[in-house]
Amino acid sequence: MTELKTEEYYLSMGPQHPSTHGVLRLLLKLDGEVILQATPDMGYIHRGLEKIAENRLYLQIIPFTDRLDYLSSMSNNLAYVLAVEKLANIAVPPRVEYLRVIMAELNRIASHLIWLGTLALDLGAITPFLYCFREREQVLDLFEMSAGARLTYNYMRFGGVARDVSTEFIKGTADFIKKFGSKITEYEALLTNNPIFLARTKQVGIITPKQAIGYGLSGPLLRASGIKYDLRRALPYSIYEKFSFDIPTGELGDCWDRYIVRIREMRESIKIIDQALAGLPAGDFKAKVPLNLKLPAGETYVPIESPRGEFGFYIVSNGTNKPYRLKIRAPSFCNLSIISNLLKGWKVADVVAILGTFDIVLGEVDR
Amino acid sequence: MIEEIKIGKDEILDVCLKLKESCDFLAFVTAVDYPERGLLELVYNLRSLTDNKNVILKVELPRENPEISSVAVVWPAAEWHEREIFDLFGVKFSGHPDLRRILLPEDWQGHPLLKDYVKPGVIKRPETIK
Repeated sequence: MTELKTEEYYLSMGPQHPSTHGVLRLLLKLDGEVILQATPDMGYIHRGLEKIAENRLYLQIIPFTDRLDYLSSMSNNLAYVLAVEKLANIAVPPRVEYLRVIMAELNRIASHLIWLGTLALDLGAITPFLYCFREREQVLDLFEMSAGARLTYNYMRFGGVARDVSTEFIKGTADFIKKFGSKITEYEALLTNNPIFLARTKQVGIITPKQAIGYGLSGPLLRASGIKYDLRRALPYSIYEKFSFDIPTGELGDCWDRYIVRIREMRESIKIIDQALAGLPAGDFKAKVPLNLKLPAGETYVPIESPRGEFGFYIVSNGTNKPYRLKIRAPSFCNLSIISNLLKGWKVADVVAILGTFDIVLGEVDR
Repeated sequence: MIEEIKIGKDEILDVCLKLKESCDFLAFVTAVDYPERGLLELVYNLRSLTDNKNVILKVELPRENPEISSVAVVWPAAEWHEREIFDLFGVKFSGHPDLRRILLPEDWQGHPLLKDYVKPGVIKRPETIK
């Protein structure tokens, strides 16, 4: 009888695998079910946006930013207009600042809802997915009311927003945030203390604070590792310094901590929107800015806290109406750089949980 | 708060190891191409997460065969940023653990973010607004 042999083998996970959330391909080297080596392969939807931007007017670039992190277009718009406004020294009317904060935080809720729904779905729970989409739909309706689009909003402008919001929007938003807190409790009742969910996420994929900083992680991933760092507080942009909100942090940096940090962030977003709606002043929704905007020579980088972390545009201008160089600092790209180091030693099923709590969007990884 | 430092390419590792003590977070590394000056400028954006000290480190490299030491040993975050610069600008990072193209296919010719890059067969978009 011949002797049985075992050997290591390769498994290609993605780019069409449902739990890679887009077109990420992971080449896994496996010993049975244990990962010996994980090599991420990206670039399947690389569109060369940084190169395209060098041939477009500043205004024409706004719709392109929508297509980076397509689950939080408002944040992308905001990061871009803030960078241009800083370089061009454009003053923004107070109403605009409030509207921008309301939109950015609504978008954070919508984005976290997609993350929560798909994470639960990946781990085998179908109900949260349906619940999350039910509420996300309401947020999208609000966006449709104000921006006219449901996914790629193209809403922010230099010195303003594309159009003013209606009274229905304000009433709808107030209604939504009033009810949304209890909805989060509903999701939590399904997941937070669910033994199956705990078994899949507790003590899985632990990122130490030192690793998190070293790899340049940002957003909920950094905070789940116990580092209280939020750009809305640390380097306040727009009018975030006016609002009071907490920065939720985790203790261990495992998948469950990343889950609970995002859940708590949604509750903080409700607080911020509530304060912003209460303080929303009347007035202009747009400053006078020429369409063919010429920026003075110079460079700038304004980081903002997008739902995924530190998002920013590094703009180098040579005094013309087009950027000389536009670098996009995409949080998903930086967050993903830890993945091959992190996955070693975990099982294939844990890859799904770890990737799920990373909340990557390939649109901004590939750019 | 923002401090800008220009250094030569040979001192990069020494300077970065020293800066690491005050700036623990590497936000990004990127490059800017200046063909008329014949150089590529590398930009390192560093920050301290405790006191928000922000340092922008700039290094000029020649456009012909640009090469510099990798800082991935100082900040692991630099690993992918450097791969991206290698991919899109063609800068070689010596001492990099895994220097491969990251966004473009392995068999791609040229480095698209260089100002003089022309993809064969692609017609330049006409200028609509001057």
